[in-house]
Amino acid sequence: MGFELKNWYTEKKQGEVVLEYNGSITSELISEALDSIENSLNLKNEKNRVRKKVYNVFVECLQNLYHHVDYPPLTAPVEQESNFGIIILSKDGTFYRISTGNFVKKEKLNYIKDRIDQVNSLSDEEVRMLYRDILSNEEFSDKGGGGLGMLDIVRKTGNKLEYYFYEFDDEYIFFSLDVYIS
Amino acid sequence: METIIREGTPKTPYVRLDGENGLVEIKGRSIPENSVEFYKPIIDWLEKFGDEPAEETGVNIQLEYFNTSSSKCILDIFKRLELIHKKGNRVEINWYYEEDDEDMFEAGEDYQSIINIPFKMIEMEE
Repeated sequence: MGFELKNWYTEKKQGEVVLEYNGSITSELISEALDSIENSLNLKNEKNRVRKKVYNVFVECLQNLYHHVDYPPLTAPVEQESNFGIIILSKDGTFYRISTGNFVKKEKLNYIKDRIDQVNSLSDEEVRMLYRDILSNEEFSDKGGGGLGMLDIVRKTGNKLEYYFYEFDDEYIFFSLDVYIS
Repeated sequence: METIIREGTPKTPYVRLDGENGLVEIKGRSIPENSVEFYKPIIDWLEKFGDEPAEETGVNIQLEYFNTSSSKCILDIFKRLELIHKKGNRVEINWYYEEDDEDMFEAGEDYQSIINIPFKMIEMEE
């Protein structure tokens, strides 16, 4: 069986969906999405600490997409738009889950996997130290992240990143990332 | 020196750079996609200010939250201020955070560990 985007959606939308979007990830979209989750009652009723964490991590996830996504494959069952990505924020029980999905060329798989595995392998203290190290020592690219995005997400959530690579066709994989905030 | 005031937007903070009164203020949220573009005029201003700084410079940073691309720019601001401090001028950074905001507290600790300027952490009640 090949990869079914429909099934992926169903899985990620478990719980109460606060926001879901698929399409071009632009600067305007990020502003609108943030505005929309700020007006969500679910989040308004949260403690300050949780609310800010969700906003912050949500923006980091979206901007991560913004800097890295590309056109989807021609045969994908989605709109053909540049910078195509998917984001879903749901409240599932006691957790907020932010799921992102995007298509990537197969040759990028190992690079992404290694980055995430490395971040996931670190203790809280190691995450903090590596973050400081990169912040103080490394030149950032024009995209600005300098590899801090994933580290920041893990640091703020205190949870490991959950990722899946689904084979889409010979050329592309669908990269799925889940972040949990409690 | 020209005073620069920028009102906050949903993605960028309120900024006040007042050379005459030795005041640098950044408040709100900082989550632009292109942080370098946003912060460049601020860094440029600080560079000029460094040539003829005030005797005392107070720096108030009161951020709600910021993205990782802003984090480096904020460090660049502190590095400029550190140069001014090293030349023997008084510089003090006040880093504000809300009482239950451990993330903003830790972010302050990060900068404090990297930068050599008197750094005050100020807790604000909600």
